[in-house]
Amino acid sequence: MAQSAIARELSSAAMAESFQSGRTSLRHMTLLRPSKGWSALKLAEVWEYRELLYFLTWRDILVRYKQTVLGAAWAILQPLLAMVIFTIFFGRLAKIPSGGVPYSLFSYAGLVLWVFFANGLSQGANSLITNPELVKKVYFPRLVLPTATVLSGLVDFLLAFLLLFGMMFWHQQFPSVNLFWAPVFILLALVTCLGVTYWMSAMNVMFRDVRYTIPFITQLWMFGSPIVYPSTMVPEQLRALYGLNPMVGVVEGFRWAVLGTPRPELAVLVVSTLAAFLLLVGGMYYFRRVEKVFADLV
Amino acid sequence: MGNLAIQLENLGKMYHIGHVKAPYRTLRETIIEACTAPARRIRQLLRGTAAGAADLRERFWALKDVSLEIKHGEVVGLIGRNGAGKSTLLKILSRITEPTTGIGRVYGRVGSLLEVGTGFHPELTGRENIYLNGAILGMQKSEIRRKFDQIVEFAEVEKFIDTPVKHYSSGMYLRLAFSVAAHLEPEILLVDEVLAVGDAGFQRKCMNRMQEVGQEGRTVIFVSHNMQAVTRLCDRAILLHEGKVYEDGPARQVVSNYLHSGLGLTCLREWPDGNQAPGNEKVRLRAVRVKDEYGELASALDIRRPFYLEVEFDVLQSGTVVYPLLGFENEEGITLFVTIERDPRWRRKPRPAGRYYSRVHIPGNFFAEGTILCGGALITESPFICHCHERYLVAFQIVDAPDGSSARGDYGGNMPGVLRPMLDWQVEYLGEAQVAETPAGQQVQ
Repeated sequence: MAQSAIARELSSAAMAESFQSGRTSLRHMTLLRPSKGWSALKLAEVWEYRELLYFLTWRDILVRYKQTVLGAAWAILQPLLAMVIFTIFFGRLAKIPSGGVPYSLFSYAGLVLWVFFANGLSQGANSLITNPELVKKVYFPRLVLPTATVLSGLVDFLLAFLLLFGMMFWHQQFPSVNLFWAPVFILLALVTCLGVTYWMSAMNVMFRDVRYTIPFITQLWMFGSPIVYPSTMVPEQLRALYGLNPMVGVVEGFRWAVLGTPRPELAVLVVSTLAAFLLLVGGMYYFRRVEKVFADLV
Repeated sequence: MGNLAIQLENLGKMYHIGHVKAPYRTLRETIIEACTAPARRIRQLLRGTAAGAADLRERFWALKDVSLEIKHGEVVGLIGRNGAGKSTLLKILSRITEPTTGIGRVYGRVGSLLEVGTGFHPELTGRENIYLNGAILGMQKSEIRRKFDQIVEFAEVEKFIDTPVKHYSSGMYLRLAFSVAAHLEPEILLVDEVLAVGDAGFQRKCMNRMQEVGQEGRTVIFVSHNMQAVTRLCDRAILLHEGKVYEDGPARQVVSNYLHSGLGLTCLREWPDGNQAPGNEKVRLRAVRVKDEYGELASALDIRRPFYLEVEFDVLQSGTVVYPLLGFENEEGITLFVTIERDPRWRRKPRPAGRYYSRVHIPGNFFAEGTILCGGALITESPFICHCHERYLVAFQIVDAPDGSSARGDYGGNMPGVLRPMLDWQVEYLGEAQVAETPAGQQVQ
């Protein structure tokens, strides 16, 4: 009884308020106070800012294609040139096995995802410090900024991915029904990339020497992932451990889906997926914990 | 309770001074510090040195114990000199940064405008930037689409809307940037000093727009150094000084107290009480004012137009030979020049006691754009006596004209130099060039 009376009271107050402000919703209250320790992720707020996410992604894409002479060609050239070099040195000279498909296809399929991951990471990790005016002069959930940068890389990825199909037809390699799994692995690559980017971009604001370590980390990481070699070269008993690097499951799974190379063990896939989501959730929490000082430090 | 827009209780914001110099740390330092900290702490304990004392010196409170209530529909001016905490307060209200202490409640949708053109990208067209900037300022896509024509019209850039903004003149760029912001319709609008841009005509337009926003019943908090704008737009003003609320009340009253307190530099500095005026038993400085060519007090001056400064001083002891002196400095602290009163009628002449009024005319097309700080003194030349000297008395802004009629012409970029004279260039046509047939790299004989 009492409760419903209060509810009526509240709703009439809400109507009066919305009438006053000409809006349909009750004025919401924002609390300003120092936060301590770990804070909630507030993903709902990120969702509220989805249009900003869309526009920032769109800006990154637009600017990249307007500013560079080669524009779209860059998206393809980067993995393509790497493929040529890898094919000569690792495929022809070192004779690294390639799971029953031509080495060029094998390495290109890995590189398409790898380049997406590495570019997303290096640009995303710098996204906060290269946009100081956004961080210092406007409020929005800061997660939006690295997310937009990483998402904008998907266009480059799609272009490079299309070329992969061209190359497959040229080699007379046709995808099987497993191709329907490809989006799952692309998504997992995105999750991994976002996770690492959240960690690195936040640390990049806190500690300015982080930016110098990024090229080094991506380079080492590439050789720790099955890009130039198949994961079958790793001893069988170590493979689940190897799967702790989420890019192992991502790349091998993607190759299996698209090229039909042997499917990675289930254990590897499970470990990689878990690792990817752990990175993502951990990265988000770390980012949220330190984001309150971004505006003072950038 | 329903009528409150903003309620702040003991809000404080502390910065570490160390962070001002080196805002970020390196990972290496942090790791080393983490490893050595316990050892240092133990050493300090053993030596008995207080760790707290050292900490205190490194702290700086940009805001301290700020408690305020602002009601819906109020238009509030936030004034105070540089570093008083105005921008920090706006940043906290817009949630860009967190307070260190205290608590604040904000009721309603907040739109903040701390800078015009945030996120503008030179490679994108005017149209693209409107959408991008609108989204950054918190507008919905549908809202931007609805107001698009109004925004373009207000900015007067219809013809160039599909041209990348890097080809815009600085005036066009600012007009477009402000126009997007001017169409923001939040319940609470926070505006930092953004009106000090563009030519006089556009500034007037912006002021009118701000006034409209205020009259629509929205809550506006407005930071400005332009006291005329504050008294015109705001009902209430809050004066911040060293991070604290120094005065809060009707705009006219707070502004007038501020102008007379010497807390801030404006186009006007007066000492109504002769005993507090700078000087000695012989002379006292009573007022310095900056006025435009029509004799109106002016804090922003058109670069092309002449203006003048006036000095009022009292001679208390008859027979004193004295001259006022003014010195001009730009924002970087570079002294531009010093000028000493040179009226032949008073040259080397002992002055009878009384109030004196001197004025010095500054030509148009003289200063470069920017803030000019002016200090002054009362001196006797020989034997040299400096009766009083104030490094900063008044300040004013020189605003360039973006329409091509000033010395900058149509050049929209950064123009170096502390002066910007309009000089006489003469061009003669010497006939057809004859170098076309000479092979490259050879000199014409």
